[in-house]
Amino acid sequence: MSQNTLFDKVWDLHKVADLPGGSSQIFIGLHLIHEVTSPQAFGALEDKKLKVKFPSRTIATVDHIVPTDNQSRPFKDNLAEQMIDTLEKNCQTHKIKFFNIGSGSQGIVHVVAPELGLTQPGMTIACGDSHTSTHGAFGSIAFGIGTSQVRDVLASQTLAMNKLKVRKIYCLNKLSQGVFAKDLVLHIINQLGVKAGVGYAYEFAGPAVSALSMEERMTVCNMSIEGGARCGYINPDQITFDYVKGKICSPKNDNWQQALNWWKSLVSDKDAIYDDVIEIDASKVEPTVTWGITPGQSIGINQRIPKLKDLNIEDQFVAGEAYEYMGFKPGQKIINTPIDVCFIGSCTNGRISDLRVAAKIVKNNKVSPTVKAFVVPGSEKVAKEAKNEGLDLIFKEAGFQWREPGCSMCLAMNPDKLTGDQVSASSSNRNFKGRQGSPNGRTLLMSPAMVAAAAIKGKVTDVRKLL
Amino acid sequence: MQDNFIAPQGKIEKIMGNCIALVGDDIDTDRIIPARFLKCVNFDALGGSVFEDDRKDLKGNHPFDLNLNKGASILLVNSNFGCGSSREHAPQALMRWGIKAIIGESYAEIFYSNCLAIGIPCFTQKKELIQEIQKKAQNNKLSLEIDIAKATASLNDVKLELFIKESSKKMFLSGDWDATSILLNNKLLIESKINDLPYVKFNPNNL
Repeated sequence: MSQNTLFDKVWDLHKVADLPGGSSQIFIGLHLIHEVTSPQAFGALEDKKLKVKFPSRTIATVDHIVPTDNQSRPFKDNLAEQMIDTLEKNCQTHKIKFFNIGSGSQGIVHVVAPELGLTQPGMTIACGDSHTSTHGAFGSIAFGIGTSQVRDVLASQTLAMNKLKVRKIYCLNKLSQGVFAKDLVLHIINQLGVKAGVGYAYEFAGPAVSALSMEERMTVCNMSIEGGARCGYINPDQITFDYVKGKICSPKNDNWQQALNWWKSLVSDKDAIYDDVIEIDASKVEPTVTWGITPGQSIGINQRIPKLKDLNIEDQFVAGEAYEYMGFKPGQKIINTPIDVCFIGSCTNGRISDLRVAAKIVKNNKVSPTVKAFVVPGSEKVAKEAKNEGLDLIFKEAGFQWREPGCSMCLAMNPDKLTGDQVSASSSNRNFKGRQGSPNGRTLLMSPAMVAAAAIKGKVTDVRKLL
Repeated sequence: MQDNFIAPQGKIEKIMGNCIALVGDDIDTDRIIPARFLKCVNFDALGGSVFEDDRKDLKGNHPFDLNLNKGASILLVNSNFGCGSSREHAPQALMRWGIKAIIGESYAEIFYSNCLAIGIPCFTQKKELIQEIQKKAQNNKLSLEIDIAKATASLNDVKLELFIKESSKKMFLSGDWDATSILLNNKLLIESKINDLPYVKFNPNNL
């Protein structure tokens, strides 16, 4: 059992009680809600005649269902309108702070909380969304929950949980030029598999991780869940503190020094005990692209799609399904695969640094005439910053559509969807069957830089050739 | 799909029913319930849409459409079932279709905790045994009686050993799987905990 890791320290601090069945009652420091997984939770609360225990510890925004072309109300989609309306009413009734469209702070919940300074080291953070693991980038313990658990957090600010084991993923050396955090995390998931993380929190560490910016760290932790780990985190350091400092909700004046001292004390001890430790050589990671229907089915840009016999026996069933669904032949190259749609956005890669990297590649180029390409900034703040830097113009001049913030085609709950068996190059997190809105649509996950390269060339391209 | 759905309540000790085999690893929650069905403010209508796209694709030959599996309530799955999105809509859709328990090789973490929170016990067994009972259930109606306290599933004279986390087992047997009330029992401890948290002190006005 792990000892003296950041996970152990934060868990112990937030433990309220041992529950009769043997699980623990854990206090949730920050609860984030959105329109999709909260309405039934508020409904259940009302059925049970309960109140929200600490309304100030829940923050709401709207992201999954918002259209990205025209956000004027009422939304054209009645069901989407009903969902945002329900969230507005629930927040009003229960006195919950809501960052609505036009507030200047609306956006994807996992983009919004860090940029407001709500996400801080040492917190426990829960949200009815599996990519809540994103916030672990700050050294918080953050995980996705279902709607019944949203109800429990609203009612009690606590959850019944079993303690996770801790696996340290030590990333040696550094990423090479043209290789990004997304490539690193896709590579890790490929190496460990999509279910290796079940029952574990992942601690990402080592020189390659320490060298990442906060936004890159968020990309890595965001995809912990795609490796099966409900929670992934990185020990906070000067890069973390510099990012948090000065944000609207971060500690100020005398409190800042106190916070800093406390945050530093949370870092996993040098002699901490882990349940498992594995090493990854970051210098060997290439620009990485998924070829299948799970985020673990990926290869380096210059590799060939594995043949059945090259795979572990337990991976063969899903590989067979993937060849058929994706229309790829075992052993074929992924490079030069024609692309129909390019999507830059999502809680994985919809932040300002992602847009900057993509814009650099797009600048003075044109989107291939066979490609529909669009950029969806992660939040209103990201959109504003991008406009200030003129990034929106770079994208538009190249032929990208520039959209309003939201989750968009990551999960296609809004009107942004693939049609038929279109192939998308996507900076999002999931390549599941049907994920991007068409039951036979096909998704290739990659870094935003690689998506930008695919948009210009109309096919999967090694971005390093365009740098 | 069930016509008169009644959500489970209180202690869950025994589950009897026919099995439905669903073969495949890494079956994600987008497949269990595609995102377009998440546009709802309650779970009531989800049962009919479970596996919608997979079912359309198989034109009546999906396990959830076969006559053999009509009225089935014990789902037999393989590994990493329910991976992906945290949407509770997935187990809610399964439950509203008629599923009361799941036996499989392994589950994704959030899916498992969602099932626990809505009263669907998820048991595990090793691959070979799961594949064997899946085959049986694909050929003929297979009826099982699951005893949660003993963690067994019986069919005729055969007793199949099942595995379930001890804490989950206790929660089903006591009825505490519906956790809100046991959490609220510790009201004073919760109120004292918030005062122990350093960040509550140095973020006085933020939240």
